[in-house]
Amino acid sequence: MRFIFKTDYHQDIRLAPHSGHVFWYGLLLALVIAAPFALDEYYVGQLTQVGIMAIAGVGLMVLTGYTGLVSLGHAAFFGVGAYAEAVLLGLGVPFFVTMPAAAVSAAAVGIIVGIPALRLAGIYLAIATFAFALIVEEIMGRWESVTNGYTGLLVPSIDIGDFSLSSGLPFYFLTMAILVLVILLVLNLLRAPTGRAMVAIRDSEISAQSMGVNLAVVKTTAFAVSAGITGLAGALFAHKLGFLSPESFTILQSIELLVLVIVGGIGSLHGAVFGAIFVLALPQALAIMKDHLPPAIGEQPGFEPLIFGLILIFFILFEPFGIYGRWLKVKLYFQLFPLYKKATFKRQKSYMKSERLR
Amino acid sequence: MTFFRVENLAIHFGGVKAVDGVTFEIARGEVFTIIGPNGAGKTTIFNLISRIYDSTEGTITFRDQDITRAAPHRIAGLGIARTFQNIELFETATVLQNLLIGRHAHSRSNVFSEALFLPSVRRAEFAHREKVEEVIDFLNLAHYRDQMIMNLPYGVRKVVELARALCTEPELLLLDEPSSGLNVEETQDVSFWIEDIKKDLGITVLMVEHDMGLVNEVSDRVLVLNYGRVLAEGSPQDVQRDPEVIRAYLGG
Repeated sequence: MRFIFKTDYHQDIRLAPHSGHVFWYGLLLALVIAAPFALDEYYVGQLTQVGIMAIAGVGLMVLTGYTGLVSLGHAAFFGVGAYAEAVLLGLGVPFFVTMPAAAVSAAAVGIIVGIPALRLAGIYLAIATFAFALIVEEIMGRWESVTNGYTGLLVPSIDIGDFSLSSGLPFYFLTMAILVLVILLVLNLLRAPTGRAMVAIRDSEISAQSMGVNLAVVKTTAFAVSAGITGLAGALFAHKLGFLSPESFTILQSIELLVLVIVGGIGSLHGAVFGAIFVLALPQALAIMKDHLPPAIGEQPGFEPLIFGLILIFFILFEPFGIYGRWLKVKLYFQLFPLYKKATFKRQKSYMKSERLR
Repeated sequence: MTFFRVENLAIHFGGVKAVDGVTFEIARGEVFTIIGPNGAGKTTIFNLISRIYDSTEGTITFRDQDITRAAPHRIAGLGIARTFQNIELFETATVLQNLLIGRHAHSRSNVFSEALFLPSVRRAEFAHREKVEEVIDFLNLAHYRDQMIMNLPYGVRKVVELARALCTEPELLLLDEPSSGLNVEETQDVSFWIEDIKKDLGITVLMVEHDMGLVNEVSDRVLVLNYGRVLAEGSPQDVQRDPEVIRAYLGG
């Protein structure tokens, strides 16, 4: 067990409260840097994909996990970012301008959605964002002069001389660098007044307001930040795909992102990363599983969505705080070893259940 | 100077006149209590002052400023803080985080400087923390500083909510039934704290309360409401002798 003695207010402000954090996250960073040299190309590609989904997950986490606004339309921001990147690169704009521009354009769209969404909450907001995503998908399909419609749009690669930044190893490092950057920016936001105001809105709008939180401004900010980060992930995703068509940004993608944050662990940035790993590893695991199942089950159409859905339901029922919640419990088990009591989280669980009946 | 004045205040929900032409004035530094039977419109008046509801008629003046139509989120910044009858804390946050949100009205930073956590933001956070610690000392909450609200007993939550309101550095504090759900001992604490808030911090208190013992102990003046109208106003003793008040609320 670690006992932390606090002698300074700065200790509570710091990003890494004690040396253990520095050590473990440093080790993780070292692993992330070393990984591509030990793995073959296929797995580097998969890890890049995990990075992209994690960035998008962090984006949705800001809105759904921290501000408590459910969005079923994040594929739209993802798509806006991807198309902005492809179109701007096509016009010959350099990549260090196009990526921020992709984030900014997605953020701008986020503000446009955010303003009418101010009056909506819960399921109504989910439906509104869902409708919005359908509209954006339609625009991507019909605005042929820019997006090339359903014929598709080729994404130019980022070349610096002979060196391509948009594939292989360099792209992996670009993605991971952006992921780290985004996580740091969001962590900063969360320890500052705006982040606290977001959490306050999630827990009780009425008292947030009487503490001086401007609901309209903070909610719109949350939408903009969330959409901007997701747009940035979209820009990276454009390079991953190499070829854009509106079919890449459907409602299924939005749902996948929502599954990502819920299974990963709502209300934590760890959850966004865990969720991204889950969302990408599960189809792989299912593909391997299929070979060992009788064809009558394994070859059924809709086998994969069924497992996805089941896992989502089981998580909501039995582990509402997702993989990260489970992670914390396992960690506590080892911290308290051998004193861990089975009932440590019992009370909390029954509390959660009665809450859900409201 | 008028410190706080409510004039001819009214709100109608359809045909229901929840508050119907209420007028009262509070002087700086006093403890002013509103009592009355259930549904008399006490909490509605609080919600009108903190601008959760729009009044149908009348004006609210605070420090010579008309706040009848001020934006709800500006009220805290003007110097009016409140607590809620059914505790409205941020359940999944720690006591410390809850109190820091009480400082929100005093934060001036924008999203961009916060995302980069510029030195100015860091300095502001430090200053907020110092102010919050003063309140923690004042209300003896040091023991609970890092605990989640959802793990705290009801009585402590009540105190945390009071602390959060004090963190906004108010000049007028609205307490909605500060003693509801508390045992005798805790109610006694509340009464001491209200005295201290008045004397040491110089904050004016407007409260809604049912516990007549507490009302007698701390109030300078009392207003009695019934069906949205003023029934009586005066010192706690005078009001309790009023035959109308006895008939409508206290019983004899």
